[in-house]
Amino acid sequence: MKLNRENKLLIGLVVLASILIAKLFYIQIINDKYKTDATNNSMVYSIIYPPRGIILDRYGNILVGNKVAYDLLVTPKEVEAFDTSAFCEVLDLDTAFVKKKMREYHKNRRRIGYQSVIMLKQLTPEKYMKFAEISYKFPGFRGQARSIRNYPYNAGGNLIGYVSEVDADYIKRNDEYKPGDYAGMTGIEAAREKDLRGEKGYNIYLRNSRNKIESRYRDGEMDKEAVPGKDVMTTIDAELQHYGQMLMENKVGSLVAIEPSTGEILTMVSSPGIDVDMLADIGAHYNEIAANPYKPMFNRAVQAPYPPGSVFKLVNGLIGLQEGVLTPQTRYPCSMGYHFGRHKLGCHAHRSPLDLEESIMMSCNAYYCYVLRSILENGKYKSIGDAMDKWSEYVKSFGFGKKLGSDFPSELGGTIPDAKLYNDWYGKGRWKATTVISLSIGQGEIGCTPLHLANLCATVANRGFYYIPHIIKDSDSLKIDEKYHRRQYTMVDTVHFPKVIEGMYRAVNSGYGSGGTATVAAVKGLDICGKTGTAQNPRGDDNSVFICFAPKDNPKIAVAAYIENGGFGATWAAPIASLLVEKYLNGEIGENRKPLEDRILKGNLMHKVKKDD
Amino acid sequence: MNAWRTQNVRGFAKSIDWTLVFCYLVLVLIGWMNIYASVHSSEPSSIFDFSCRSGKQFVWILTSLGIASVILFVLNPRIYESFSLPIYIVTVLLLISVIFLGVEVKGSRSWFEFGPVRFQPAEISKISTSLLLATVMSQFGYKISRFKDFVMTAFIILLPMAIIVAQSETGSALVYVGFIFMLYREGLSGWLIFIIGMCIIMFILTLTTSTYTSIFVLVTVITVCSALNSRNFKKWLSIIVPAAALLAFLPAAMEAVSEKISPDSFINRINPLYILLGAILIGLPFYAFRAYREGSAFKWLSILSLFAGLAFIFSTDFLFNNILQDHQRKRIEVLLGMKEDPTGVGYNVNQSMIAIGSGGFAGKGFLNGTQTTYGFVPEQSTDFIFCTIGEEWGFLGSSAVILLYVFMIWRIIKNAEKSRESFTRIYGYCVACCIFMHLFINIGMTIGLMPVIGIPLPFISYGGSSLWAFTAMLFIFIALDRKERSYF
Repeated sequence: MKLNRENKLLIGLVVLASILIAKLFYIQIINDKYKTDATNNSMVYSIIYPPRGIILDRYGNILVGNKVAYDLLVTPKEVEAFDTSAFCEVLDLDTAFVKKKMREYHKNRRRIGYQSVIMLKQLTPEKYMKFAEISYKFPGFRGQARSIRNYPYNAGGNLIGYVSEVDADYIKRNDEYKPGDYAGMTGIEAAREKDLRGEKGYNIYLRNSRNKIESRYRDGEMDKEAVPGKDVMTTIDAELQHYGQMLMENKVGSLVAIEPSTGEILTMVSSPGIDVDMLADIGAHYNEIAANPYKPMFNRAVQAPYPPGSVFKLVNGLIGLQEGVLTPQTRYPCSMGYHFGRHKLGCHAHRSPLDLEESIMMSCNAYYCYVLRSILENGKYKSIGDAMDKWSEYVKSFGFGKKLGSDFPSELGGTIPDAKLYNDWYGKGRWKATTVISLSIGQGEIGCTPLHLANLCATVANRGFYYIPHIIKDSDSLKIDEKYHRRQYTMVDTVHFPKVIEGMYRAVNSGYGSGGTATVAAVKGLDICGKTGTAQNPRGDDNSVFICFAPKDNPKIAVAAYIENGGFGATWAAPIASLLVEKYLNGEIGENRKPLEDRILKGNLMHKVKKDD
Repeated sequence: MNAWRTQNVRGFAKSIDWTLVFCYLVLVLIGWMNIYASVHSSEPSSIFDFSCRSGKQFVWILTSLGIASVILFVLNPRIYESFSLPIYIVTVLLLISVIFLGVEVKGSRSWFEFGPVRFQPAEISKISTSLLLATVMSQFGYKISRFKDFVMTAFIILLPMAIIVAQSETGSALVYVGFIFMLYREGLSGWLIFIIGMCIIMFILTLTTSTYTSIFVLVTVITVCSALNSRNFKKWLSIIVPAAALLAFLPAAMEAVSEKISPDSFINRINPLYILLGAILIGLPFYAFRAYREGSAFKWLSILSLFAGLAFIFSTDFLFNNILQDHQRKRIEVLLGMKEDPTGVGYNVNQSMIAIGSGGFAGKGFLNGTQTTYGFVPEQSTDFIFCTIGEEWGFLGSSAVILLYVFMIWRIIKNAEKSRESFTRIYGYCVACCIFMHLFINIGMTIGLMPVIGIPLPFISYGGSSLWAFTAMLFIFIALDRKERSYF
């Protein structure tokens, strides 16, 4: 053959074609990678959802369990003509709804192909069983079991939180979730999502070119079992929580109980809350909940910034003692209030003058105006600003003005003012102690949550330290962070606390007519120590506040009750908190306090609360 | 064979090259079957179902056969030569007007739409360019080596190419590069092909490795070429080989050294590229002196090509980042292995290789492919139709298809060579080049040898305008060829 240009081109043609064939030979015969990848492509993963972990109370009672519900799946390709009216009757459906769905499937038939789609969600087992008996009449429809949440106690929706299908936004933030997965969104469900969720499993099937499932991939050898979620034991006392829910019924506010010796949260009620019956299928009730003017989704226990009111006098008294500007024997006069210039900070009628114990027992406003002034006008500090900052530092050491760091999600930090704030407002040197005098009685620029108040109560009960409040019980299977075992001391020396506690004891146990503000809270034999508060509420009646712990020695429970528009602390908050303490320590309410309990359970304050429109 | 050639005017039908027609029919049928297989998914329908692509393709096939018959039996083959210029001009006008009047499909304006029918002028322009090329180059006295003729030829090819690039159909424009093989046959210097080859190699090297490597290869090739041209080749070689070896390992050596010394030291501030460029600058005057003394045009040309090559290498970066479109750049990056992303740009290629690879030796059988029917492979009935062939017919089937194409191209070239008239020969080569370019780019793309360039596989891919154009192109040649044969 001559090597002319024609032949050179023909040789080139053959060479290039050989390159193509050689590469084909490589990917079709030599290299196995592409065949394996093809199997991957034609594998169908059928997801097995794990049962979610169970949430237990501190004694092992089930707070949140699981029950079976059925989703009705339909494979539109396999559906034949069926008796629509019988179908609707057994499933309790509207004919129009079924027709609309079937039209929808027909419209999207290309996209759906041989896949199954969910037609109805969360049918009760009873309803599904009725359908299952005659399901042979409806080819293409089948049920898929799915475990949903079950709530044996009314523990309150805000505490437990709800579980719902993850949305696109959630997936973006947590990339291990896929559409169709469920996740805890609020409360304990969200706090322990990692433990509760478990691990999904799957079965692998192979499909043929007509998209029909043909067989198990390698006889199920590569399938993965679902790993059930871990059970989580909380510090909640289910009975107490349930009782707390009952006490707070028809009131707006919050009730928090802590075990002082551990920082474990025994009860956390936010009222009004989401009914647990709605939690299981939150999606169906979401609009109803969102439209409720009392905002039941709002967890007041950890998110509402309230003024603490007179309860805060304890803090100011303790700071005064520590700073040395106040002794237990210091007496101040009160003439229906504290007068400065042309102004007056009013007080109620009580005997005068008072010492520290009595000032707590009778909750004297004037006394604490003197105390705050002596703290802020202390010659030790260069200026009132420095004294203010020191005061702020003291208050923050009680856990105020910052997130406590509990394991409960979306905790609010609250606010405690400092010199900078007032300098910004009034200008440096243009404010004095009397300008900020309302801080003395827990009003003004102070914002704290009921959890902060319960923590204050526990701090006092412990005589000077607290454990960070937490809701997950330490156990061998679920270790909690070391920080929850660490004592958090305040900047006030422990020796100063007994005097304050004595005042709290006398406030409750001095007997009717003694001038003690919380005698309504007294329970024989329980040695309850408490402090009332009546915090101003610009949106109506004053808020009723009460913190208490019991027994006086070796306290077992510290409670904070905060009732919006409840009036005096002794009117609603003190009875509610003391009933909770009594229930916890005695297991039942004494005969003599039954009428009180009755009044509380029946009490309805909802009309007093201004709604958000 | 020669026996019947001696007959003077032979039978009407007998003079047709039925072998080519048969090849054509087989390819069209293979295409039709595989289009059916690729759209045949969860909804089985008849191959004649007109709502499906297979049904529509059946219509295209019937109409194509009509076109073929008209070309074979009605039109006089002489009209092509006389009308090639008007046809070319009309095509160019169509190509320009489609930019303004056409509909936008996947980011390029290259389609006219008449109701349900879409048609791409770029498909016709291959035929009209081939016809005009054949006309011009078969003129008496045409010499490709003459500058004027060369420019004329280049203009005929580059004009539609440039317009098609303006339509953002760079893939279709690439096919025109194939005409270079025809030009080679017609006497174009082999050096041109060599230079184009070098350009491609340097382009790839610059992008994948470094400018240093690219310049190094350029210098080595030029030096070896000039050594080959000199009288004492061996003496030259003894200088070139050690120098090349030294320069080849220079960057690696410098890297090794720089790790041991402080980062501020003098050596670390030198780019190995400067050393290489320095060496070139020192060597150049000596070489230029020799060129001057010997009066050697070859040596001057070597120097010229060195500068041209350097300019090319340094502008590659600009070319790559500014002239190529975003998706093309990414495709090249993936092809050259600069970026690994099986779900991103490389997704198409990866899925198509999986489909073809899973076919194995004998394939999964007709309609049993799982990869193409689930829509893992995009454009499965048009540009990626070869995936279906590879998956369902395996290595046997896909090689057979390639061999059928090779046979067809071979046959066209042989027929072209046999013809007395240069018009037929040149046109035949044009047809062979077009089919070959489509074949190599399309299949190369599906098996990861070429970047993803969306051009159809001739006769097989779904699509009316492509099938019509290739049918017309092929049958014009068969008609021309028949005219030749009937006079022997």
